[in-house]
Amino acid sequence: MTASRRAPLLSVLSVITIAFSLFAFGLFGLAAINIRSALEQVEERVEVRGFISHATDIESVAAAMKDIGEFPEVARVDYVSEERALERARKEMGEFADVFESGVLPASVEVHLRSGQRSPDNVRSVADRMRTYPFIDDVRYGEEWVEKLHRLRNIATVAGIALGLAFAAVAVIIIGATIRMAVLARAEEISIMRLVGATDMFIRLPFLLDGLVKGAIGGILAVLFTWVAHRTVNEYFLRTVFFDRELIFLGIIGGATIGVMGSLVSVGRHLRRI
Amino acid sequence: MALSRVTFQVKKGEFVFLTGPSGSGKSTILRFLYMADKPTSGKVWVNGVSSDTARGREISKLRRRIGIVFQDFRLLEDRTAEANVRFALEVTGAPKASIGAKVSRVLGQVGLASKATSFPRELSGGEQQRVAIARALINDPFVLIADEPTGNLDERATRGVFQLLRDVNAAGTAVVMATHDLDLVRASAYRTIELNHGHLVFDSADTSKPGTLGTGREPGEGLEAESDGSGKA
Repeated sequence: MTASRRAPLLSVLSVITIAFSLFAFGLFGLAAINIRSALEQVEERVEVRGFISHATDIESVAAAMKDIGEFPEVARVDYVSEERALERARKEMGEFADVFESGVLPASVEVHLRSGQRSPDNVRSVADRMRTYPFIDDVRYGEEWVEKLHRLRNIATVAGIALGLAFAAVAVIIIGATIRMAVLARAEEISIMRLVGATDMFIRLPFLLDGLVKGAIGGILAVLFTWVAHRTVNEYFLRTVFFDRELIFLGIIGGATIGVMGSLVSVGRHLRRI
Repeated sequence: MALSRVTFQVKKGEFVFLTGPSGSGKSTILRFLYMADKPTSGKVWVNGVSSDTARGREISKLRRRIGIVFQDFRLLEDRTAEANVRFALEVTGAPKASIGAKVSRVLGQVGLASKATSFPRELSGGEQQRVAIARALINDPFVLIADEPTGNLDERATRGVFQLLRDVNAAGTAVVMATHDLDLVRASAYRTIELNHGHLVFDSADTSKPGTLGTGREPGEGLEAESDGSGKA
């Protein structure tokens, strides 16, 4: 850790930038995985509802339900009679119970999609196919919020990656500067190493290790920061999930990679000048 | 400093002076010999390694068999004499167990056994140069390359260091020594190559023993330089 001894401030700075870089990844990643898990729960309830014209005979409906049930995306098809629709409406909106009368609400088929088949595109395509039945008057699904949630998740992912990459670039530059100072401070030692026949790899190795260790420490800090953020949100706002062990490990590896990259670029450039 | 049409060969175990005024190309030739620079045209062979094909690792390996000393000693100030010598073994991956014995043997050889724990600033110039020579000898080199090794020393230290180099040579190691101390050159009967403005203007082996002037192309045991190019001195 000679580099750290020679330039303590820069070393701390490089560890912190790596930590922030991964923290940015971490926060948005956390948002992404939480939106995703929320989406999964919401998608459980995603259903496409086709309203059936009054006085359609039950055989046609049954045949249509069988057809729809065979769509590859579809998990289950339920029939909701006019009576059941009324019953539900009364239960959900108790204070208006007496407003609803028999025959006001149409019967419908409720289509539940398989998990993994609930993307907005799939939902829309199922709805479109249902519309082709003449006795289905109207098809409704939660198109707007399904799409919104998906968009939100994509934004979180993209923002996380963009911000994280920007921080990573800064981290590589700062690590590079640290290594540069260390290389120049040891110029004499390095030139003697060369003269007596030390290999390039031998000369580089300590600098690469330096970057590796700083990067890994940055990664651990980032996991810590992210965890604190996660706990805070849990405490005061809403329940969220945290990364699993593999992702935490990946974060630390990511830090180490940034560190090694910064060292590699810098040490190659500056050793040539000695 | 540009060198032009310099051709010579150093045989195994030979002692050669390289003389000439400052800027005549002495250091450039020495840098060619340990392959810190390469000629833009022409070739340098050292112990079978050719300058036009040698790569990083091969050059590193070659330097382990070459001892190099400079006018300014190039010792690490924050290490003792012993640690400076030891350094050359440590950074080339020598087995740890063998290092201690080798270091004390070579410090004894240069007459500094009692100064092993001294730091460079506690040593005289002559002693510092002996430490540098000990470091150069630690890997049993086949040649010792010395760039003005006595340039910073008083007369007494100069004689001592020169005698040490003669002893090293007598033990079988070739020595190529750049110097402009003509007293040293005259006081010994070693081969002398004189450079001026990048040209070889005199080679004592050329007149007294014509056979040693190498123009051969086959890589040999010794050193051979043929250059028509330029290098940075």
